[in-house]
Amino acid sequence: MAQLQALILNMFEQGFLFAFLGLGVLITFRFFRFPDLTAEGSYPLGGAVAAALLVHGLDPFVATLAAAAAGAGAGTITALIHTKLRINNIVAGIIAMTALYSVNLRVMGKANTPLLSTPSVFSETVDWLNRLGLNLHDNVFTTIPIALVLLVGAGLALIWFFATDLGLAVRATGQNEAMIASLGVDTDRTKMVGLALSNSFIALSGALVAQNHGFADIGMGVGILVTGAAAVLIGEAIFGDRTVTWWIVAVICGTVIYRLLVALALRIGFEPVDLRLVTAVLLLLALTIPRWRVLVLR
Amino acid sequence: MTSILSLAGVSKRFHAGTPSEVSALRKLHFTVEAGDFVTIIGSNGAGKSTLLKVVAGMVIPDTGTVTFEGRDITRSPVYRRAAVIGRIAQDPGDSTCATMTIEENLAMAERRGRPRGLRRAITPSARVRFAAALAPIGLGLEMRLLARVGTLSGGQRQALALLMATMAGAQLLLLDEHLAALDPRTAETVMALTQRLVAEHHLTTLMITHKMQDAIRIGNRLIMMHEGRVILDVRDVAKAALTVEALVARFHEAGGEISEDRVLLAT
Repeated sequence: MAQLQALILNMFEQGFLFAFLGLGVLITFRFFRFPDLTAEGSYPLGGAVAAALLVHGLDPFVATLAAAAAGAGAGTITALIHTKLRINNIVAGIIAMTALYSVNLRVMGKANTPLLSTPSVFSETVDWLNRLGLNLHDNVFTTIPIALVLLVGAGLALIWFFATDLGLAVRATGQNEAMIASLGVDTDRTKMVGLALSNSFIALSGALVAQNHGFADIGMGVGILVTGAAAVLIGEAIFGDRTVTWWIVAVICGTVIYRLLVALALRIGFEPVDLRLVTAVLLLLALTIPRWRVLVLR
Repeated sequence: MTSILSLAGVSKRFHAGTPSEVSALRKLHFTVEAGDFVTIIGSNGAGKSTLLKVVAGMVIPDTGTVTFEGRDITRSPVYRRAAVIGRIAQDPGDSTCATMTIEENLAMAERRGRPRGLRRAITPSARVRFAAALAPIGLGLEMRLLARVGTLSGGQRQALALLMATMAGAQLLLLDEHLAALDPRTAETVMALTQRLVAEHHLTTLMITHKMQDAIRIGNRLIMMHEGRVILDVRDVAKAALTVEALVARFHEAGGEISEDRVLLAT
């Protein structure tokens, strides 16, 4: 029973923290229709920037916002490589990802920065609530609601953005670029906005996970794009391709389910070294299940 | 009358320097008066589509200049011309966004050529405007504002594309065989809508068609293209007096091949 409880708590805690990654990947992978490998560099960049600033004593919220801004910068650079130098978008992402590895090492000054003795957005929020008279502790029971509040806020911000004039133009850029250009939109600019937004969410996820896990590591981004894509695809397999609001709900649910499946895989005897294999199989299932669903419904 | 659009000495070659080199336009001279409705005919490869793409900015010519209302726009990108130029292609998938809703498509079109910021795109008053604009088309689209455009028929999509091209201040409408993918009855409905919107907004229009009767019946001016040049240019009374037979004969004179005649006579 205690094991089941731990499993469920871990699923929501990690699911909510990784859902920011899923939302970022949603923008490039589904709205822009290409896998943006910048994620492999912008996710650890978020962790590295937050860690470096926390170690220097900055406020956790400022450090986390700075991490998101750094992610936006990384996305902007990928977009500039793609649009101004006319490099294929996947190749542009690979170039940015490669460069970011060194940048991340420079930012941290070492390969791993422990954050056990620094405050986090979670401990800071708990302290603040305790000053209002509550008696809370910084643990999984407080992290889950704090992460959920941040996530709902971020999700609402995305829903709002994609309903604005600029947001519609950004979405249309990924769906029918020639058409939105013929309506007077400079698609170089909308690609930049989309990639900046995507990578700011991915870096935000890296910053939150680093604070939750108690360290930032240069290797934390390896395979992260596949994790985000798995969350998006699981959500898509369940909810289908509908409105922006549905997509955001789908990705959040997809991330939580992905974390549950990973936790279950570990529970039934897979070792952490097997997790990539498990992820690959999950990805494959999420891609093929919608096809089976069509067959069953028919 | 004043000229709104003028092309001077425009040439365009594709695949230059390779065995598959094609001269799509050869030192083309062409001037359009404000308010003209020009129908464009010619065989495959005559340069009709390239002409429209040069005007829209999708193709940048090798030589020559394109002038719109006295401004040289030869090299200006598509999005900079969009405020004044609307274009609809043959494929209904090209001029609308399939994965977005009817109201989202209209909201994007309504901002044609204007800056796009963080203003809410679809307000209740915008919905009222969109429904009012869709209702006269008679296809029931005003009841389906939240439907994805991908669920519409080809005719419905072209009708929506026409509305999107004309609703927000474009002065020049480019129609690249926009009826070709539609069945005859739907094509008739969409053509009637085209003429109504052109008249309503006082648009200058260039329309490519492969139907000779349409080319003669519609508009005030007809041009025939062949091998990248304009080989026939008639307007008003002279145009009204044209017959399909006369056009075919003129086409033969220019050296058009028999196989292409069949294309011209097909409908």
